[in-house]
Amino acid sequence: MSRTGSYGIWRILLLAQLREQPGRFLVTVLALALGVALGSSVYLVNTSALNEFGLATKRLVGEADIVVRGPRDGFPEQLFVDLAHTPSVSALSPVLELEVALSDRKETLKVLGLDPFRAAVLQPAIMGDIGEAMFQLFDTDAIYLSSAAAQELKLKRGEQLRVTVGSTSKALRVIGILSQNTYSQSLGLMDIASAQWIFNALGRVNRIDMRLSPGTDVNSFRRDLGTKLPPGVLALAPQVERDRAVTVTKAYRVNLNMLALVALFTGAFLVFSTQSLSVLRRRRSLALLRALGVTRSQLRNALLGEGLALGVLGSLLGVVLGMIIAAAVLKFLTADLGNGQLRAAGASLRSAPLQTVAFFAIGVAVAGIGAWVPARNAARQPPARALKGGDGDFKAAARTGWRSGLAMLVLGSALAWLPPVGGLPLFGYAAIAALLLGAVLLVPTVTIQGLRLAPRTHRIVLDTAVSQLRENVSLSALSLASIIVSFSLMVAMAIMIHSFRISFDHWLGKLLPADMLLREPPGNDTAFLSKDDQAKLGTVTGIARAEFRRTLQVLLDPTRAPITLIARGMSEADTAAELPLIRSVSAKESPTPTAFISEALQDVYGYKIGDVLQIPLGGRNRAFLIAGVWRDYARLSGSVVVSRHAYTAATGDDSANEGSLWLNTGTDSDTVARMLRQTVGNGDALEITTSTALHERSLQIFDRAFAITYALEIIAVIIGLTGVSFAASSTALARRAEFGMLRHIGMLRRQIIGMLADEGVLTSTFGVVYGLGLGAALSLVLVYVINRQSFNWSIDFAVPVLPLVLLSVVLIGAAAVTAIWSGRAALSQDAVRAVREDW
Amino acid sequence: MIDPILQLEGLSKRYSKDRPAIFEDVDLTLRSGEYLAIMGESGVGKSTLLNLLAGLDTPDTGRVVLEGVDLTTLDDDATTRLRRRTVGFVFQAFHVLPYLSVEQNVALPLDLLGVAEPERGRRTQEMLTAVGIEALSQRHTRELSGGEVQRVAIARALVHRPRLVLADEPTGNLDARSAAQTLTLLRAQIKANAGAGILITHSRAAADTADRIVVLEARGLKALEAA
Repeated sequence: MSRTGSYGIWRILLLAQLREQPGRFLVTVLALALGVALGSSVYLVNTSALNEFGLATKRLVGEADIVVRGPRDGFPEQLFVDLAHTPSVSALSPVLELEVALSDRKETLKVLGLDPFRAAVLQPAIMGDIGEAMFQLFDTDAIYLSSAAAQELKLKRGEQLRVTVGSTSKALRVIGILSQNTYSQSLGLMDIASAQWIFNALGRVNRIDMRLSPGTDVNSFRRDLGTKLPPGVLALAPQVERDRAVTVTKAYRVNLNMLALVALFTGAFLVFSTQSLSVLRRRRSLALLRALGVTRSQLRNALLGEGLALGVLGSLLGVVLGMIIAAAVLKFLTADLGNGQLRAAGASLRSAPLQTVAFFAIGVAVAGIGAWVPARNAARQPPARALKGGDGDFKAAARTGWRSGLAMLVLGSALAWLPPVGGLPLFGYAAIAALLLGAVLLVPTVTIQGLRLAPRTHRIVLDTAVSQLRENVSLSALSLASIIVSFSLMVAMAIMIHSFRISFDHWLGKLLPADMLLREPPGNDTAFLSKDDQAKLGTVTGIARAEFRRTLQVLLDPTRAPITLIARGMSEADTAAELPLIRSVSAKESPTPTAFISEALQDVYGYKIGDVLQIPLGGRNRAFLIAGVWRDYARLSGSVVVSRHAYTAATGDDSANEGSLWLNTGTDSDTVARMLRQTVGNGDALEITTSTALHERSLQIFDRAFAITYALEIIAVIIGLTGVSFAASSTALARRAEFGMLRHIGMLRRQIIGMLADEGVLTSTFGVVYGLGLGAALSLVLVYVINRQSFNWSIDFAVPVLPLVLLSVVLIGAAAVTAIWSGRAALSQDAVRAVREDW
Repeated sequence: MIDPILQLEGLSKRYSKDRPAIFEDVDLTLRSGEYLAIMGESGVGKSTLLNLLAGLDTPDTGRVVLEGVDLTTLDDDATTRLRRRTVGFVFQAFHVLPYLSVEQNVALPLDLLGVAEPERGRRTQEMLTAVGIEALSQRHTRELSGGEVQRVAIARALVHRPRLVLADEPTGNLDARSAAQTLTLLRAQIKANAGAGILITHSRAAADTADRIVVLEARGLKALEAA
């Protein structure tokens, strides 16, 4: 009997399993399918969204070899003239790229001001679609919209689009709509001269696309050019532009993928416990096969084949389900999986055959790994002993895992101290995996030690339950593995999210001390409040005090996303007092103005307190002494805060785009909001809210962002509970004869069910307590390693005691109910008669 | 005349309505000190009869009176409590709990009856000594031979001094020597406890250790002379 023999045995065992336990087979397949589906769908959604971003950027950059990019407020267009005379440059296109504030709307619209003739050379795809209408672009108020923008703004050709410049509203005329295929994201196109005129940027551009003559070494040209450009203007490879979206969202995407994989690995534990229990249940049948001439390897391969069959079916179903979920998320949620940064309207499901095969293979491999240990153990069982009815060396095998368990815990603890790799907490993930595995391997030893401490109560039901658990510790460990893994991860996530929420809440409280806030549409480059506007707003009836801020984007490193510069607080002392500082030093004596950097700037750029930070402002690099590090949960790419005084001194810009307002006692905020809107020209576009409302809305957004995290964790716990339920019903069925004997000698039916409930409560309490401890340990890695390395901000550790207690009670209750239900089912199958069963 | 420990009157049982009764008109009276063997062909319902007279199953007609109580009038809990106090069981497949020690297995009926220490320990030790396994008291049953495990089962069946001991093929899984020792021990312990015993067996040799033998047939019990 070689390969054919193994196949025959595998077929017999698999079909018998299917016949005997179809429900269990199906649930295991579904659990695996769910894991694979979650993993593959998250991957497909993110890949499709990124692909869409990539395509969009490629269309915008077009055929350029180099993109010269300056600050958002631009640089003198003389630079374009200078570059045009540079040898080796074959084509050049100046661009004014702005996020334009829209009147009567909170959103902004990305508008490109282009020289249509030059752009036709470098962005042929876009300009080609405009065709003859290109000449109409020269009208001062003409704008071409992408079809996504037209749809979002509900505008048709010939209609008017109102934009805000400063605090003035201006009208643009839509002269045409780009086809969906040309550019799928939201965009407006104008002639550059019109854009400069309309948006008060005469003589300024903020981007120049360059194509070099054939044969020019692009990289050395770019490096050389970089040294000649004014401060704050950088020469970038087009790829850098595309990679920004990838870089900014990388940590979030990887974390989401890891969460999706949790469900898959919980599925692996489910396969492990299901197969282990199934092997225990069938030990005599398997021993009979061995006695009849089936070799060890044939038996092992056949049992491994069972697990792989589960894996193949589950993974097949999973990849199909994953594609359906991904297509639905792309269609109905515009690819947004919670953080908002990956919203990609118009993104379509990108076929990824290799990745699909990879997810299929991961699913099969995970099932194979789960089935391997029980298959190997079953093959090693001496057939004579199993035929006689003994339960073999499972207990001994379970006990020997403690050394490996301890080693994994030490390894996990060590890995947690290592730095990120490429901005990703890879060692953090490895630490979590090692700690989980180590903790699971230690379950039998800890259970044995724990039960050794259990006193004899002389209550037969409880004492018998304790004895049963003590002697069948391997069974308990098997049933607990999947729930410990999923519950501890859920505990860890719950602690991490709670810690984050508490820290976020405090942070909001610190940053929102005023009664009301107003701001121009976030991220816009055109709307602002002039000094006059600020003065008028400050004198509105009912306002006791007003403070204004200026925020703008600054590019410090060409390979990274721009950081946010915030000018707030009239003096440096005010600035420091308004921020949630983590560390700071007094810099009163310093002649250099001070700056307070966010943790991201510290972690990613390596700045520290006492360093001098050069910020390109007003066409020059300005030196700021770093006097403190503050916590900023709003800006992943990093931010720096300087006083408005220092900012205005450096730039001459005294405008603002945000403000905090303190009201006189008893003033109605709605009345004040109405009066504020009437005070300035673009009042309707101003976002005005009370601090309380903004606080609440921010927390709602926070909770929504983590909803998917909770959903994935709940799925993992349900899979884990399924494992407990399988174990309970398997064990109860296997113990039918025992229940029958106990009924014979006078144990009441409810005493037996009570005994099973005690076992269920004891087992699940142990699992829950163990899971809580392990979860708390894992949460330290999540809070201090994975969160910190992924997002570059710190959070304060806080434990959500009440929710965890409630969840624990629910889980213990669910496990007890499962045990009781399984016991009832076993007793209903004529346990009395089971005492006569030999097999 | 001593009151009977067990009385069966007109007992019949069928597995389903559309099938004939497996037996009917079974009458039996068993008094203190009596040891009865029930023989019969496979499938005639010997074990079913045993379940009926222990209150583990209910007859279609007739009644089972155990220690003066008609089991057919009791609910499941009351029957179980009566069985706990009055009946001891010995099974062919031993059915000891593998996760308890020998001593704990034997003491199970005392635990169920709520017998406290030191009485519980004293009676358990006495029983272990009586069946000759006192040296094994702290061992687990998986470490014992078949004969030793059956002694544990006998000790468990007798430790609470039941009025009636029911033994269902107790030597079916034992070799001839162990079987003979087990039967002798069983008889001696039943007699020592001044209770009654019923032995269900296929083996005439085993049946011959009883005081009298009956054969279960479809039409009731038929007496056979003991050897």
